[in-house]
Amino acid sequence: MGGSSFDAVPRFRLWLSPLPLVALAAVACGGPFPQSTLHPRSDFAGAIDHLFTSIFWWAVLVFVLVEGLLCYAVIRYRHREGRPVPKPVHGHTALEIAWTLAPAVILVFIAVPTMRTVFATAGDAPATALKIEVIGHQWWWEYKYPDLGIVTANEMHLPVGKPVQVSITSADVIHSFWVPRLGGKRDANPGQANRIAFRADSVGQYSGQCAEFCGASHANMRLRVLVDSDSAFQAWVRRQRAAQPPPPRGSVEARGRDVFARSACIGCHTIDGVAKGIIGPNLSHVGGRATIAAGLFPNDSLHLARWIANAPSLKPGTLMMQMPVAGADLAAMIAYLQSLK
Amino acid sequence: MTGSRGLRSWLTTTDHKRIGLLYFYTAFAFFLVGGLEALLIRAQLAQPNGHVVSAETYNQLFTMHGTTMIFLALMPLSAAFFNYIVPLQIGARDVAFPRLNAFSYWVFLFGGLLLNASWFAGPLFHAGRLNVAPDAGWFGYANLTERQYSPGPNVDFWLLGLQILGVSSLAAGFNFIVTILNLRAPGMKMMRLPPFTWMTLVTQFLVITAFPVITVALVFLMFDRFFGAHFYLPQAGATPLLWQHLFWLFGHPEVYILILPAMGIVSEVLPTFSRKPLFGYTVVVYSGVLIGFMGWGVWSHHMFSVGLGPIADSVFSATTMLIAVPTGVKIFNWIATLWGGTIRGTTALHFAVGFIAMFIIGGLSGVTHASPPADLQQTDTYYVVAHIHYVLFGGTIFGLFAGMYYWWPKMTGRLLSEALGKVHFWLTFIGMNLAFFPMHLIGLLGMPRRIYTYAPDLGVSSLNLVSTIGAFLIGVATLVFVVNLWRTRSRGAPAPNDPWGGATLEWAIPSPPPVYNFSVIPTVSSRLPRWKTEHHDPMPDPPAAPPAPVHVPGGSWWPPAAALGLPVLALAPLTHHVWLAFLGVAITIYGIYRWAFEPLEA
Repeated sequence: MGGSSFDAVPRFRLWLSPLPLVALAAVACGGPFPQSTLHPRSDFAGAIDHLFTSIFWWAVLVFVLVEGLLCYAVIRYRHREGRPVPKPVHGHTALEIAWTLAPAVILVFIAVPTMRTVFATAGDAPATALKIEVIGHQWWWEYKYPDLGIVTANEMHLPVGKPVQVSITSADVIHSFWVPRLGGKRDANPGQANRIAFRADSVGQYSGQCAEFCGASHANMRLRVLVDSDSAFQAWVRRQRAAQPPPPRGSVEARGRDVFARSACIGCHTIDGVAKGIIGPNLSHVGGRATIAAGLFPNDSLHLARWIANAPSLKPGTLMMQMPVAGADLAAMIAYLQSLK
Repeated sequence: MTGSRGLRSWLTTTDHKRIGLLYFYTAFAFFLVGGLEALLIRAQLAQPNGHVVSAETYNQLFTMHGTTMIFLALMPLSAAFFNYIVPLQIGARDVAFPRLNAFSYWVFLFGGLLLNASWFAGPLFHAGRLNVAPDAGWFGYANLTERQYSPGPNVDFWLLGLQILGVSSLAAGFNFIVTILNLRAPGMKMMRLPPFTWMTLVTQFLVITAFPVITVALVFLMFDRFFGAHFYLPQAGATPLLWQHLFWLFGHPEVYILILPAMGIVSEVLPTFSRKPLFGYTVVVYSGVLIGFMGWGVWSHHMFSVGLGPIADSVFSATTMLIAVPTGVKIFNWIATLWGGTIRGTTALHFAVGFIAMFIIGGLSGVTHASPPADLQQTDTYYVVAHIHYVLFGGTIFGLFAGMYYWWPKMTGRLLSEALGKVHFWLTFIGMNLAFFPMHLIGLLGMPRRIYTYAPDLGVSSLNLVSTIGAFLIGVATLVFVVNLWRTRSRGAPAPNDPWGGATLEWAIPSPPPVYNFSVIPTVSSRLPRWKTEHHDPMPDPPAAPPAPVHVPGGSWWPPAAALGLPVLALAPLTHHVWLAFLGVAITIYGIYRWAFEPLEA
């Protein structure tokens, strides 16, 4: 029997292992966490959180028991001088049956609520629900409200407390639509529509982003959902459906519109009455949005200027090219876009 | 014929022990490359809005990190032990097909080099350096991988490299199945096989059944990209989800291909260092076999967010939860093996116990995403990154390190330093928990995986910094291991035949073993041939010298030659030179022809 030179090794210090957990709890106590799955604000997200919490505590129970047994065994049975060679135990049938059945029983307690939640959250809302179509693009989100005749991008509005039926697809590669505080993600598959249904339970702004790797700027495909009070939502709908009054003749906005109309912008973007492009986001009401470039930057003059001048430097791989617009023309175009509330 | 020294003897070797060492050094080099890629990833994510690398480079880094670690590091590190240890454990002189074994190694090396050549090949494609490495993820989801969305050679390097590596894995798979079934020493019945050899056998059956699936998926993709087929093109009426089903039909068995060998190693190390037989040997073996079978029925749990419908989701959820049962049984049996033993805290035992401790965490987080609704919040986030690293780092890598400290003296004749080993273990253990535990929270707080940048207002910046510090700690720990390997070459304590008091056949022969392994093929009469049990006395060691000369086949140039044809063939589509395809096929066919007609008595 070899190995005697290794007997003096210090005993195991596995009891130290929970330390990083404690440190982490301390680190994570900040906030706010705008994409937290642990702070649900809809029935869909709430059902998942409830289920996860119960599985989590089962996992904690098993963790403590099994790691406890492991630590006890390695400390209690460490080699000491003079201990006899252990009895060659080969197994124990009753024990084997017990620790086969125990996890199986625990799994029943996890599987039953799981199946219930699977069917409860399968994506069907009442027929009266607000319908929204989500179309993923590299790397931005298009939203259509078919019953309201609204097309917009990246910032979704919906009314608090009302059921919403979202259908999700893609115009190019696979994306995944995910607003953690409002529910689980669903993939946006080209050529196929997925459904989720939920009812947001409090007014607020909720951020999300694409969750399926979709190319160079996957990280830059963010989105916001604005859950409005009923009246605020109705006001937003009215603004979206109203025709934009043409800018006054001779105004800076009118000059901006002309610059837009003679630039490459019209190849990709729609502005009602000005351009009919469908490759990029619909800009008919872009001035009413708080962010640009799929939630990347605030919608202000500075960022609009940078974005229009050199989008590829801000969003790697984007189809939006560098626009040869500068100086007063650029300022006028920005003024025009900001006027499109 | 085979000289014992010199470069030529290594290039032409068909000795399973030398091939095992070649696998080890090559795979360990790729492990360091994959680790370097991981450190660059973590450097980028240490702070929000990081600017260490560009978006494009980041996407290449995480693609190559995953691909390298899975196909070029973990699988071949396991293969190093299959090669070196399995023939010794079953009392054989070599594997069943020694030249095929050499072929497997050379194909693996060439496939790995082709994949990694993409880092430097940019100028050949009129792209800058660091521009043509694979960048669509190790999972390469269609239709992002189609020519329309990935026009460069990046995905081509990936799909060609993986096809080459598949040839290597398949050849090795058949070889080890035949070896284990046919070359066992007299008396080495199946239920006397050491658990590591058993898990090797299960793994190889998974390899030969799973790799054809990924090969088909890759051939489809290759036809789409090069010949205008449309297996995954939605605009042609196909569905890109076909790729996901094929990929995960391979990918989930692949997870068990990665973990079962490590479970086998742990099942060797724990009995040796607690001086007790493996508790419930039969149950441990059968649960390994059962995991191998059940691994085929769970693939869609990678696809809960795809929208397969509540019935499919429920079925795959149930099968996935069921797999926790045989896995739990293994863990309980390992703990029962330690129970009542006299545990010697060697580095190998530290890593084996660390494996159990970390694998429990990975298994439990796995149960949380076996539940489809919960998984809808977890999939494609850092929560899953945490899970996979507890399973593949805390699990597979800890198991492999346990194997390295356990079998290194057998493989080289020198003992690794235990003092450095303990430093290595504790740095790795602390580093891995710092690096990967915060990722659970990072994911639950809403950070998707595979993003090269994140906003500070996500609230996960400090957690990411902690994770990066942990990753660099793992880097330091790995350097300690490299130092340990290096200093052991000249200054390690010489290893006796059996430094640990092991029960299995490999400890009955010198360290390192002579080229013929056993001077006399042993006759086995017990599951623990070298231990005294109630019914058996320890087997006598074979005599120091063979009673009659043992014939050892000579080396051969033809396996590496045949292997060389494959990367040449792969260069044809990459460079659009058809003549390279003919050249590659000609080299391989000529190599195989000469190999087939090579005289046995060279």
